[in-house]
Amino acid sequence: MNRNIKDTIVESITGMCVLMIIFIIVSILAITIIGGWPNLNWAFLSEFPREGMTKGGIFPAIVGTAIMTIIMAVAAVPFGVITAIYLAEYANEKSVIARTIRFAVKTLAVVPSIIFGLFGLGFFIGFVGKNLDSLLSGGELRWAQPNILWASLTMALLTLPVVIVSVEEAIRTIPRDMREASLALGATKWQTIRKVVLPGSVSGILTGTILAVSRGAGEVAPILFTGAVYFSSHLPHSLSDQFMSLGYHIYIMSTQSSNVDATQPIQFATTLVLLLLTFSLNAIAVILRYRIRKRAK
Amino acid sequence: MSKNEDIVTFNKKKFRFSDWFAEKVIKAVAFLSIAVVILIFIFVFREAFPIFKMDKKAAASTETLVQESYGGAGTENSTVKIADNQVDNSNKRQTNSDKPSSTLLSKTWMPVSDNPRYGLWPLFLGTLKVTLIALLFAAPISILAAIYTSMFAKPRIREIIKPVIELLAGFPSVVIGFFALMVMATVLQNIFGYASRLNAFVGGIAMGLAAIPIIYTLTEDALTAVPKTFIEASLGLGASRRQTAFYVILPAAVPGIFAAVVLGLGRIFGETMIALMATGNAAMISMNPFDSVRTLSATIGAEMAEVVFGDTHYNVLFLIGSLLFIFTFALNALAEFYFKNVVIRKYQSKK
Repeated sequence: MNRNIKDTIVESITGMCVLMIIFIIVSILAITIIGGWPNLNWAFLSEFPREGMTKGGIFPAIVGTAIMTIIMAVAAVPFGVITAIYLAEYANEKSVIARTIRFAVKTLAVVPSIIFGLFGLGFFIGFVGKNLDSLLSGGELRWAQPNILWASLTMALLTLPVVIVSVEEAIRTIPRDMREASLALGATKWQTIRKVVLPGSVSGILTGTILAVSRGAGEVAPILFTGAVYFSSHLPHSLSDQFMSLGYHIYIMSTQSSNVDATQPIQFATTLVLLLLTFSLNAIAVILRYRIRKRAK
Repeated sequence: MSKNEDIVTFNKKKFRFSDWFAEKVIKAVAFLSIAVVILIFIFVFREAFPIFKMDKKAAASTETLVQESYGGAGTENSTVKIADNQVDNSNKRQTNSDKPSSTLLSKTWMPVSDNPRYGLWPLFLGTLKVTLIALLFAAPISILAAIYTSMFAKPRIREIIKPVIELLAGFPSVVIGFFALMVMATVLQNIFGYASRLNAFVGGIAMGLAAIPIIYTLTEDALTAVPKTFIEASLGLGASRRQTAFYVILPAAVPGIFAAVVLGLGRIFGETMIALMATGNAAMISMNPFDSVRTLSATIGAEMAEVVFGDTHYNVLFLIGSLLFIFTFALNALAEFYFKNVVIRKYQSKK
């Protein structure tokens, strides 16, 4: 009897932990929706901020985030896919090189995002940008300052492991028989990869890209000093422009704005937009991944 | 026999430039990850390094003629500027206290003042406090939740719980920070009634939220990786599911759970946006968990945008970044090599 009581108590305590986590998740969602929904309308999404950011919309932040994540994906996805192909198809699991690459990918995945920001500042702006400037325009300041290109590339490094892991997982679910059939028909390894492996892992590449975009759209620390600005009166029209971003907008508006209380509706609505964006992207990725895993079974 | 030879020659003929080229390109690109890690090492450390270098110069300048050490530094542009400031400062006050590295261990973090002090202790202490609170909150709750999911939950419920908790991993940290700043801070203040609204406690809980999905998922993986035979043997001997969970599965999964906690720790330690938004950002030395604190990563995030490129302050921020990087790198290596080996040895010896 005693044992049964203990069993019930332990089971309900652990169950309550699950419920508590779910409760927190639901309350974050609910409070953001309740706080942000009333202010969320077409004007908010399509207008520039007005009157010292206290009125108007977040159009430039949406566009800035979109452009940044597109450049980021263009940079990160090809490299991620190729690294995944190497790890899944070429690498000998026991070789030092393969293990080092794997360890490097894992390291990239756990390095704090602020370190990527520092790296972007020290490498892209302080080193690459500086040398580009002295090479292209004889020292005129153009690339050696924060801009959307450096921010996107910094973010690309951060999201590289996300792409690699997703794509490799997808590649590994492609049945061995298909590869062997292709090789037996006389195709070379590269032909097999191009005609069999890559088409088979399209959904994995898509999942990786979506997850990377979702991560990149939400991260703020790496772009704090590599390209994001508080306010910009125009959309970025060249790679050396600075840009507004949704996450940065939330951070600035809620901590540094002159009148935090008056802009609360804007803050909640911006958070809601960002949350909806990352949320729906993640949901799509989860569904895609589920389908990939099902194929593996 | 001749057929075999045919195949060999056939294979040899099969050398194609495109194949050879593709393999080379793929291998080269795969090295990019290693290159990036090395580059991060180099470039973060490079910007931190001048602190120690100019320290020597500053020391030399106070001992001997100022102008001489000046001229010696003339080879590098950026260091001249820094050494310049340094020398000026030391002339003004004629003490050793403004050598950056001697203030690094002092107890005040006051980078923007006439007598800048870069004491890292308050930042260390703040980070430690927040990390401990976050870990004490996140680790038990995620481990218990993982035990429930893997041991007690019915398969259908399990299929729902897992993706829902993993959703939390998709919340951007700025959103969690915003939630902590706007909602949690007020709610917790009403419950506990402490003085400053934003403090280590609020920040710690919020960062714990960011770490929960990591610890939960990895713990759940570690628990389900325990061989089914263990569980069946235990249940077969008449143990209840609770006894099996706590006396059989949990001990067997300990290394994996440790790895999960270590990775969660890495996440908390480096978390910037939540620290910036919810901890109050006051660098002070205090043991009270309800005082405002400033963490290492938040210091970088808050101050980097305002510093002068190449200034001492700039270098110190990079030094903090280097420390963060070394620490998370070590944690990752620990989780990767040590715990994995333990797990592998454990199951191999028992099988």
